[in-house]
Amino acid sequence: MSKNPLVRFFRWFFFRARGDSPFKRLLIHFVLIVACIIAVYPVLRVVTISLRPNDTLLTTSLRIIPENATLDNYRKVLFGDPANYRQSDFFLWVWNSFSIVMVTSIISVILAAVSAYAFSRFRFPGRSAGLIFLFTTQMIPAGMLLLPLFIMLARLKMINTSLGLIIAYSVSAVPLTIWTLKGYYDTIPVDLEEAALIDGASRMTVFTRIILPLSSPALAIAFLFSFMGGWSEYLVARVVLQKNELFTWPLGIFTFAQQFTVSWGQFAAASVLIAIPVMALFLYSSKWLISGLTLGSVKG
Amino acid sequence: MSDEKSFRKFLPWLLWIVGLTVVYFLLRAVFQPYAGGISINGRIIVERLSEIGLFLGAILAGMAAIEIYFYQIFFRQPRHRRAAIWTRIIQGILGLIALQMVVAFFDLTDLFRLPKGAVKNFFLLPSSLFASVKNLFVQIGLGADGSSLISGLILILVLGLLFWLIQRWSVPRHSRLGLAYLLVLPALIGVLFLIIYPFLFEIKLAFSNASLGTQATKNASYGLSYGWENLKTLFTGNVAKDAKFFEVFWRTILWTVINVTFHVTGGMILALLLNRPMKLRGLYRTLLVFPWAIPTTIAAMALRNEFDLRYGFFNIMLTNIQSTFQALSAKTASLVLLGPTFSWLAENIGPVSWKQDPFWAFISILITNIWLGIPFMAVIILGGLQSISHEYYEAAEIDGATSGQMFRHITLPLLRPVLTPAIVLGVIWTFNKFDVIYLITQGGPQEKTDILVSSMYKAAFQFYRYGFTAMFALVIFLILLAFTIIYLRVSGGLKAATE
Repeated sequence: MSKNPLVRFFRWFFFRARGDSPFKRLLIHFVLIVACIIAVYPVLRVVTISLRPNDTLLTTSLRIIPENATLDNYRKVLFGDPANYRQSDFFLWVWNSFSIVMVTSIISVILAAVSAYAFSRFRFPGRSAGLIFLFTTQMIPAGMLLLPLFIMLARLKMINTSLGLIIAYSVSAVPLTIWTLKGYYDTIPVDLEEAALIDGASRMTVFTRIILPLSSPALAIAFLFSFMGGWSEYLVARVVLQKNELFTWPLGIFTFAQQFTVSWGQFAAASVLIAIPVMALFLYSSKWLISGLTLGSVKG
Repeated sequence: MSDEKSFRKFLPWLLWIVGLTVVYFLLRAVFQPYAGGISINGRIIVERLSEIGLFLGAILAGMAAIEIYFYQIFFRQPRHRRAAIWTRIIQGILGLIALQMVVAFFDLTDLFRLPKGAVKNFFLLPSSLFASVKNLFVQIGLGADGSSLISGLILILVLGLLFWLIQRWSVPRHSRLGLAYLLVLPALIGVLFLIIYPFLFEIKLAFSNASLGTQATKNASYGLSYGWENLKTLFTGNVAKDAKFFEVFWRTILWTVINVTFHVTGGMILALLLNRPMKLRGLYRTLLVFPWAIPTTIAAMALRNEFDLRYGFFNIMLTNIQSTFQALSAKTASLVLLGPTFSWLAENIGPVSWKQDPFWAFISILITNIWLGIPFMAVIILGGLQSISHEYYEAAEIDGATSGQMFRHITLPLLRPVLTPAIVLGVIWTFNKFDVIYLITQGGPQEKTDILVSSMYKAAFQFYRYGFTAMFALVIFLILLAFTIIYLRVSGGLKAATE
């Protein structure tokens, strides 16, 4: 052991005997902070643009909070812009998206929850073929089913209706949800069910009273996933909906970008207003999100 | 972990505040819509709710009918011979009606066309019967909606009566796997109706000349020669406007490989860094999933702005760097090595035309998609890492393994069950993911940033080449299928999960 305190400090700093050395820990924090900045900065830029007054929308300034910050864009998005004869459709879009996506998520989670139980607990003929088939459906390009669905909806006169979009969305999330939920059910011990079955419960009772409550985090995740998937979907909605009155918000906020004068400020303000609740929900549930996503696959 | 906890304590409040604010504004907008034009109001909400309610009701009723039908087949046994005959007759008729309706649906949506005359009338019998019952109520004076509602209710009543009769004539019976099929049935019907059926339809379309000129499938003709024609155009002609198939194909491969490589390595690095007890861990984790949490549409549009020639972040930064180098080279002009280096840097680093230059346009969509995709992989890998027991590492440490050895021989093998499906799905999703491309470059300039799927979308919905698009989609699907089969064979992938 050296007497020199400087040498001892260096030794402790760079090569501590047990655990991570302070140097390594500092380095890790540094890398993570940089990564966090990269992850968050583009999002902050959207906030910045939404706060800019209209006359300085185009600027090379990189300040997070712009000079003369104003909430004017938010006011225009929420309550309309009388000067440009534009009323506010914001809540209409949000309502359209919300009603459509709510229904599709409920349908797909119910379908998946029920059939995943069968895939998890019964060994019926066609089971593994079904699972592999469900995995295969993931390989079908999004645009591939879009064309026949589009023609089908057109023949059923469902283009330009919200029901058409509900139909187009509701099954696309089902196969993967079945996979995740099946993985989750697999981790619930079978003993629980067998005990209940011996006590005279029926299989359905076991499912609704034991399995469903136990898997509520996974169900919430499945719901959130299909909700998020439909919530920001743009390409299918663009094909199915053409009437202004039916626009979901991704279609709606693009009307800000497609007018004669592109109003980036309002576009950004609408984006922030939509993103905040969704992101809050997402971040709030991220803990269960992680467990729900991996529990299925880790077992393997 | 304490800061993570306090963060989570604070979040529900934030949610409540945001939620209540939204409700407040919603109410305000409902009761004081801006004059003129369309805005949300009570009428729209009620209309939508009733539309959705009727739709859900119809689906539920249909599902319930099918479930009861199969329940009685699996779990009920007729009491005696006469009951058995009647039961089988009713079930046979119901099955026939279902078959007729499915065939009528195929006919209506052009999967195939029934020959006119007796055959067609036979298959259209149930729907024409329903229509005539409905017409009866229309003539009485009920509106179109009201009469379809009432005839629907009558249908439900008749079905209910039949099911009740069968139920009375039978006794319970044990069935080991009946419940499994009953549980799978709803999802199966949904998948058949919305995935298999469109898929079959797509195959049929691939062998047709359907386009805008033939009014989609209305006047289209079908035949192997059309399929051959589509295939030939695909490989030798233009896929969207100017681009050729193989050019787009190699770009797609490049796009997929680069994206997935960065996603996995970036996700792995972040997960390894986060997988240790440390301060601020919860905060880092929350901030790092931002790109995943933000809706893709918004993220893509936001980044599109950042690639602007003058006002985007990237070019502002590049201009700043350039001017710094210019200043430095002016100061060090007299020095031997430093001066030329700085002036070379000042000449070669500078603002880039992200929109006009195909190369930089491709880089811009890559940057965006990599930024968007890393958090997902990081979260998946972190979950996998947390499930690896510490004992392995402790044992390895005692044996004197280096951290590199531990990573290679403990972490990687134990991560395999998580990594394999994540990589396969990542490749498939990236291969098929074009919303970023569509929103940022629209495939431009001159279709130099299109990948296969975005070309396909254009061929369908900009150039209306329906038959050609169907063949295109089929080829893409086969490519992915081949990749997945090969990858899973090599890595021994999904066996464990399906057992």
